[in-house]
Amino acid sequence: MTATIDSERTGPAPSPAFLSDTWYLTGRKLHALVRQPVMLVMGVAQPAIWLFLFGDLFHKIIDIPGFAYQGSYLAYLIPGIVAMNAMSSNMWAGMSMIEEIDRGTLNRFLVTPASRLAIMNAAVAEQAVSTTAQTLIIVVLGYAGGARYPGGAAGIAVLIAASILVGVLWGGLSNMTGMLLRSREAIIGVYSFFMLPLMFLSSAFIPPAFMPGWMRAIASRNPLNWEVQIGRDALLANPDWSAIAIRSGGLLALAVIAVAISVTTFRSYAKNV
Amino acid sequence: MHAIEAHGLVKIYPAPGKNPRIRALDGLDLIVEPGTIFALVGPNGAGKTTTVKILTTLATADQGTATVEGIDVRADPAGARRVIGVVGQRSGADPTATGRENLILQGHLYGQPTKAAKDRAAELLERFDLTDAAGRFVRTYSGGMQRRLDVALGLVHRPKVLFLDEPTTGLDPEARTAMWDEITRLAASDKVTVLLTTHYLDEADRLADRLAIVDRGRVVAEGEPDQLKRDLAVSSLDEVYLRHAGRRYSDAIRVTEAAGR
Repeated sequence: MTATIDSERTGPAPSPAFLSDTWYLTGRKLHALVRQPVMLVMGVAQPAIWLFLFGDLFHKIIDIPGFAYQGSYLAYLIPGIVAMNAMSSNMWAGMSMIEEIDRGTLNRFLVTPASRLAIMNAAVAEQAVSTTAQTLIIVVLGYAGGARYPGGAAGIAVLIAASILVGVLWGGLSNMTGMLLRSREAIIGVYSFFMLPLMFLSSAFIPPAFMPGWMRAIASRNPLNWEVQIGRDALLANPDWSAIAIRSGGLLALAVIAVAISVTTFRSYAKNV
Repeated sequence: MHAIEAHGLVKIYPAPGKNPRIRALDGLDLIVEPGTIFALVGPNGAGKTTTVKILTTLATADQGTATVEGIDVRADPAGARRVIGVVGQRSGADPTATGRENLILQGHLYGQPTKAAKDRAAELLERFDLTDAAGRFVRTYSGGMQRRLDVALGLVHRPKVLFLDEPTTGLDPEARTAMWDEITRLAASDKVTVLLTTHYLDEADRLADRLAIVDRGRVVAEGEPDQLKRDLAVSSLDEVYLRHAGRRYSDAIRVTEAAGR
């Protein structure tokens, strides 16, 4: 990949250009994020409401025999709410892509020698930063609500890493949808269609042991569920690191594929604006 | 060497549900000499913007060749991007950043070190009378200020050729006159070659050293504004257009506007 990047730019310093372009373009995005923190907070508001609504409403189901979770139902919900937030906030990635196309900002970058890959990288980096901040907000809110994390800092770090992977996965798919269909409605339609089924076909609210067989079968193949499981395992006192590693590997592979697809879509977009 | 040279450009866009596909460019030829202002005139949909997109590496032609400053835009798009500046139809400036930040980022994207990018930004802000607004978010700028910033963004790296796609559309008369003066200055004192598109015939008449009238993807007339009028013994470019395109320019504008483009 480095070869194509270098050939994009001719000049005194071809190779660092890719890195410096990524740096400056990411800086632009983060600047905007810091200036409008309300966007970040708004994004996390709905999942947070779910956390407390569900946590309180169903707090007794933790007592059902076979639930097998040491801790409050609120604590049980945290990884699910983190996953939900990572998915719903990053759905907006494609919208900001459409906005930049409509405004002409993307074209302005495309007529400069800036690395094409850097333009996409900046989007992914911003997703990673904002998802990290939102995940931390949920963790802190959960703590304030009485949830405890026996897994400690390491567990929270793994939870954040998994949420970034899911965020990048959904952000990449959202970018692709945005560039291909150029329609905000299409993005909203596609993602609200998938959102709730994927949530309920995961262990976000209920352990897989309580699910009918067919649901369990789907859940075990649901990437969102992998993230929930990774987060929940990691927050335990004695995490099963091998299970975490396997699921993380799966998520990482999917995230890489999603980014690759969105980069390919972007390249073909950039060739014929 | 010509500043811009294009031969036989053809661009076909797929039209969903329509046959035949849209032939946006149908064998367009163009030669622009260094240091001159050249205007591409025509109604919407005539092919002006498509031509600019091909010359600025945003799109590739299906047929034909194009060079900017002797660089083939298709074979060496990265090289072409270094010598051109582009001001698109839509602003492109980031509304959530300040004018200065927009300019510094632009400098960075052309590989300028931070110090150089800052100095250049200050210089351009001064030149385009934006120094007082430099620290304000671009979303608070007036239409004229935003357009001046757009031009400044296109000049950050001191391009040899500047493309201006409908630079004055939507501007009030005062801002429009100021933009005209600025464009004239660019060619006269900065020796920048300017290619601008417009659908105002009076704008082309006033600004351009030479112009090409584009209709249905081809150049139907090309030359100095006065010479074009003299050749046909007519008094306005509208009549030049009528003779070459077979319909009134105002009709062509109305038709394309009615078609929703």
